[in-house]
Amino acid sequence: MTAFTPAELEPRSLQPQGWLKYFSFSLDHKVIGLQYLVCGFAFYLIGGALAGVIRTELASPMSDFVSRDTYNEVLTLHGTIMIFLWIVPVVNGAFGNYLIPFYVGARDMAFPRLNAVALWLIPPAGILLISSYFLAGAASQSGWTAYPPLSLTTPAAGQIVWILSVLLLGGSSIFGGINFIATVLKLRRPGLKLMQLPMFCWAMLGTSILVVLATPVLAGTLILLSFDIIAHTGFFNPQLGGNVVVYQHLFWFYSHPAVYIMVLPAFGLVSEILPVHARKPLFGYTTMVYSIMAIVVLGLIVWAHHMFTSGTPPWMRLFFTIATSFIAVPTGIKFFNWLATLWGGKIALNSAVLFSCAFIFNFVFGGITGVALAQVPFDIHVHDTYFVVGHFHYIVYGGSVFVIFASLYHWYPKFTGRLLNEDLGRLHFVLTFIGFNLCFAPQHWLGLNGMPRRVAEYDPAFTTWNQVSSVGALLMAVSTLPLLINVVLTAMRGQHAGDNPWNALTPEWLTSSPPPVENWIGEAPLVTEPYGYGEAPGTVEVNRLSGKDLWAQGKP
Amino acid sequence: MAVPTALITLLIGMVLTLAGLWVGHNVNLLPVDASSNAPVYDALFEVLFSIGTVLFLGIVGLLIYSLVRFRRRAGDLGDGAAIEGNLPLEIVWTAIPAVVVLFVGIYSYDIYERMGGMASFHDHSAMQVATQQVAYQSASVEATQDPPAERIWGGIGRSTQDGVSPVVLPVDVTAMQFAFIFHYPGPGITAGELHVPLGQPVRLRMEAKDVIHAFWVPQFRLKQDVIPGQPTLLTFTPTRAGSYPIVCAELCGPYHGGMRSTVVVHEPEAFDDWLKSNTPATLASASGGISTKSIA
Repeated sequence: MTAFTPAELEPRSLQPQGWLKYFSFSLDHKVIGLQYLVCGFAFYLIGGALAGVIRTELASPMSDFVSRDTYNEVLTLHGTIMIFLWIVPVVNGAFGNYLIPFYVGARDMAFPRLNAVALWLIPPAGILLISSYFLAGAASQSGWTAYPPLSLTTPAAGQIVWILSVLLLGGSSIFGGINFIATVLKLRRPGLKLMQLPMFCWAMLGTSILVVLATPVLAGTLILLSFDIIAHTGFFNPQLGGNVVVYQHLFWFYSHPAVYIMVLPAFGLVSEILPVHARKPLFGYTTMVYSIMAIVVLGLIVWAHHMFTSGTPPWMRLFFTIATSFIAVPTGIKFFNWLATLWGGKIALNSAVLFSCAFIFNFVFGGITGVALAQVPFDIHVHDTYFVVGHFHYIVYGGSVFVIFASLYHWYPKFTGRLLNEDLGRLHFVLTFIGFNLCFAPQHWLGLNGMPRRVAEYDPAFTTWNQVSSVGALLMAVSTLPLLINVVLTAMRGQHAGDNPWNALTPEWLTSSPPPVENWIGEAPLVTEPYGYGEAPGTVEVNRLSGKDLWAQGKP
Repeated sequence: MAVPTALITLLIGMVLTLAGLWVGHNVNLLPVDASSNAPVYDALFEVLFSIGTVLFLGIVGLLIYSLVRFRRRAGDLGDGAAIEGNLPLEIVWTAIPAVVVLFVGIYSYDIYERMGGMASFHDHSAMQVATQQVAYQSASVEATQDPPAERIWGGIGRSTQDGVSPVVLPVDVTAMQFAFIFHYPGPGITAGELHVPLGQPVRLRMEAKDVIHAFWVPQFRLKQDVIPGQPTLLTFTPTRAGSYPIVCAELCGPYHGGMRSTVVVHEPEAFDDWLKSNTPATLASASGGISTKSIA
């Protein structure tokens, strides 16, 4: 190394170096991103084990595997962990932190210390949540929705710990959101315009706007709920003049946008992955940007579709039906644009693409059932049934989690400099895809025919399809093995990837893999056409392209 | 290339539409219908299922076709065509979903109207009067009630059809951890199962004692939350004799899965017999009614 990196010019840091830095209060956005990813994955394994408990219990119609109290604790922890400790931190924290500074041409996030604080709120919050089962005597039993009065009458210690944990995680999410907004808007490399940013930046900007607008409402609501539990106030307690439906409004004012907080970044990641492997520009960049912003606006005004069977006035049901249905329009645009991106391309059918395309398959299915659920008369029958359970797993697992896996295969060479094994990757894909559909497709039929959600026992007429679903869950559990083996083996002796194994044009690939501490030795490249693929006359051949060429192109 | 692309596209579209209609009409995913709004619901379901099938098959077909047709051949390191967008095309696929969801929204509004969901939207006073009548009828039994101050919430279902207002059977429902209790204010019967006559509208006035529950009869395609502190209404007309499950659909505690009951739809004569044999004059059989309530 001939050039001094800025880090070397600084006084020697007390921060640990080498692998120990991944356990430290590092301010490097790449370290923080990977900390989010690994931490989130650990919680994914715990949440998955809890899902295993649920599916084992439901393999027979009687409540015979765990006690009924434990079952409710398990389903509450499963939902809370998967949402707040796996999907939200990974699609936002992990990929957002790793990629956004590269995409805007910055050396780090706008507020690196706040970024590290946001990350380090997560492990204690997660440990607190899980420890409530062992230490507080009982974990929360009122579902991840924590509707009062149930949450006021179930064991108080567990519920309070749940509230504390979700408050910490919500705080972490808000810190992250502020950081992303500031980074995208203020840290762009000079000369880089907003409409030249990779699509993931727009997705993170939209997501962060939702985080900052909606999460404080959840925090306030949960604080009021904790007052009801500890101080016996009556905000939501009908016996003291409180109103339980108000809680539902406040809760869903955050928790519906939370769905978009989980899927919008996934949309952004897919928009990065598909053009690279199809060797084509992202189709319809401008409409994609407007679609994201339309989803943000509409996402804030659809919350009451979770309450069609609560006491809501008819006009409200009508308004929220129409608003919810219309989210399908910008979402549909994005899907058609991805299909158009693939059309006429030269698509490499590797694991990243397979997971991305399976995401399109799953999300279209979940989107169609979602538009159906938006219709009040349809929802009146299937609300709070396994139909809804099937629907939202198609969105958050079939959507977000499939994209997390796709992103892992796509960016693992960037993280480590080594390519994940394709055979193990495809095995992982096949097991996940079959297991997922086997697990969640039958649940739609179960819901339509009379199986409510969150039950430990059910009508024996539903046994067969529940067992099919449990087999699917088992396959999903098994599918984790090839992934884990792949990640560990590759890290030790995988094929070297080189700096840019996919010949990608987005700026994170225009540096070494793994990248140096402040992302680029020298100045950050100016990438004004992150999707400039395609054999238009006059362009440089992709194989010979380097960051320098692109930088030079941007100069007058 | 003898066959033009437009013709192929048209043919594929027609085949898809027919497939969607066939699937919507012939694949039955719903339980038997046993109330007057169940067939209305099923008609909506068929439309949504058909549209959904067309869209799903179309998009997935396009996806799989693209992956096969445009897969990267061995040794080909080139790029695809540099197409960055196509405004007319994007306008088309913005307009099509917009029209579809608008149609679905209007159609489901019509369905909702036919199911009686908008009753209080159009004629709020009528709903108020109706609820007060129920409250009045039950007032003789529950003296503590205060009808004018009471606000009754939401609740789907109408009892009048085509201007004719048949006699409505009022039933008070109390939900508690972990059972439903049905009280007939007229004859003064209290039971753990809901007994109703075929063809006569039934209006449930529902209240919860502890936490939120939900009253759901899958065969009626109806569900309404039962909320502490806020009575809710649900009106339905049974159209098929038989016994159907009543399911609690809102997480209400450890025995939530066991909070079930039965609604028995009798032929009108059989219902009269049931009423006679259960009126409180014969106290023994009334308490027998309570003991039939479901698992706790």
